[in-house]
Amino acid sequence: MVNVVTQVELPVDEKLKIYKNRLIPQDGLKGNEKRISIVTGTHGDELEGQYVCYELQRRIKEHMENLTGIVDIYPAVNPLGIDSITRGVPGFDLDMNRIFPGNTESGAMPEYLAAGLVEDLSGSDMCVDIHASNIFLKEIPQVRINEKDRRKLLPYAKLLNVDYIWVHSAATVLEATLAYSLNSTGTPMLVVEQGVGMRLTREYGDQLVDGLFVLMKKLGIWSGKVIKPKKPIVSKDGMVSFINAPDSGIFVPEVAHSNMIKKGELVGNIIDPLNGTIRNAILSPVDGLVFTLREYPVVNRGSLIARILEM
Amino acid sequence: MRKKVLYELSSIYRDNLRIKGYLFGKGEKSACVVGAIRGNEVQQLYACAQLVKILKEMEKEGKIREGKSIMVVPCVNTYSININKRFYPTDNTDINRMFPGYNLGETTQQIAAGLFNAIQDYEIGIQFASFYMPGEFIPHVRMMRTGYEKEDMAKEFGLPYVVIRNPKPYDTTTLNYNWQIWNGQSFSIYTSETDKLDINSAMQAVKAVFNFLDKEGILEYKGHDGYVSRVINENAMIPVKSKEAGIFESMTEVNKDVKKGELLAYIIDPYEGYVKEKVLAPCDGTVFFAHNAPMTHNNTVLYKMIEG
Repeated sequence: MVNVVTQVELPVDEKLKIYKNRLIPQDGLKGNEKRISIVTGTHGDELEGQYVCYELQRRIKEHMENLTGIVDIYPAVNPLGIDSITRGVPGFDLDMNRIFPGNTESGAMPEYLAAGLVEDLSGSDMCVDIHASNIFLKEIPQVRINEKDRRKLLPYAKLLNVDYIWVHSAATVLEATLAYSLNSTGTPMLVVEQGVGMRLTREYGDQLVDGLFVLMKKLGIWSGKVIKPKKPIVSKDGMVSFINAPDSGIFVPEVAHSNMIKKGELVGNIIDPLNGTIRNAILSPVDGLVFTLREYPVVNRGSLIARILEM
Repeated sequence: MRKKVLYELSSIYRDNLRIKGYLFGKGEKSACVVGAIRGNEVQQLYACAQLVKILKEMEKEGKIREGKSIMVVPCVNTYSININKRFYPTDNTDINRMFPGYNLGETTQQIAAGLFNAIQDYEIGIQFASFYMPGEFIPHVRMMRTGYEKEDMAKEFGLPYVVIRNPKPYDTTTLNYNWQIWNGQSFSIYTSETDKLDINSAMQAVKAVFNFLDKEGILEYKGHDGYVSRVINENAMIPVKSKEAGIFESMTEVNKDVKKGELLAYIIDPYEGYVKEKVLAPCDGTVFFAHNAPMTHNNTVLYKMIEG
């Protein structure tokens, strides 16, 4: 059943609504069912989760007899952003994932919506927030967990059939994210990053949907057959090497995303089209897996080129 | 006056981004003023330019005290202000959410680190700041409640109000917060405008900075002392929200005293022109913040009032 979670009236003949679709067992609810919430579309340019929402429901609806709990799907937390190809909230220039837990009393419109969303999600037995990096970087399917939630979340993250789980330290800015807000108030949320902004990577979507069924089975929400999930690499910050552009220019990769690379091998070149020269040859500082690779060619000094998991 | 490039970043096809500091006096690093960090902060840029102009004269006249020095940084983000874009052009990130910065990180982290490295040793930090919601304020000084804040110092600006804000998670990456944590005292000055010039309001802010620097013994300034500031916690302000969406017609203005039940604004149906909502004052008090966009959503804060 499709419901409106929260809404705001726009000035001229339009309502901004955050929708969710709730799937429940065929025989109705007994009151003790577990609930999983699938959330995506916080950033309007991240679309990988759109396919996941569709495919998850398609497979559930094919075998409703196996649904034993509640599945809530929130496909568009930032509907104006998705519709207008805008990462943030149009009209406010705000990153929606930096304003949680929101504010119903004295904030701007996005904060009001954020508070409504948090209220609706609270109490879920598990939430999964699906992101798609941004337009600049491509990511292998991965779950990111704040170090302080490791014990609670890692066993569930391992079920999601992703390639990689990154347990990262608690950077201050992350405190304003949806995941931080929920995890710090007792509602568990896993954050998935996969693919690249403004695109769909169907094989990544299928891979994650397989994992969501494994997670749902573990939670008692699904009784059908599931795959045996991939065994992901689990790492901490210290195992991840960041490569940032030393200069501005146009980045041309020489390594393929999600491939292994040796220390000293060429990741790519920053070229100068005006002079027809190579400004910088970017070499890998370690042996490892290229789990993040720049997709968008224009770089300034500091632009992230790649992240390599030391292996 | 000496000019110094504090940080420089190259682009493939644009001229370099240069953060310039204007230095006055010699001696201990006493105070630093930072202007436009976002690309729409034209008022903040103008206020800094006026500071530089007057400080240049004051320095010639020997009015900067012995052993004290002041630096003004009018603009941190030339790349954005030159193309009318609020945030950093390539990745749309906000430099004022990147402090204290990281010199090996992403571009705006590096810019933040480059600036912070150049200004962090100043004993007092002053930022001409802007708000994220469209609207006008009574000019005021804003401080974060970090445990280090000194309200009495903030009163030395002589602006009508000193607002104390309990930091939210996203505040902890702002310049103001990090300056305060790093080296003592930092103050944000809010004037009435951001992307338009209000010269009276900008000059009020400039005079407030001179008042402050005089009282802190950094320079000699014989201007009007300004107001006896009232200190108020941001949480104590009364928000007045819209129940309806539509065209917003304000019937009041900032700094006006209103009575409970007094009409503050009409919200008008955008197709049929009738009044959808009369927005009324919930209490006796002063209008501190007023929404100034021509339209509004519902559940939006249109005014913030100081009761009393």
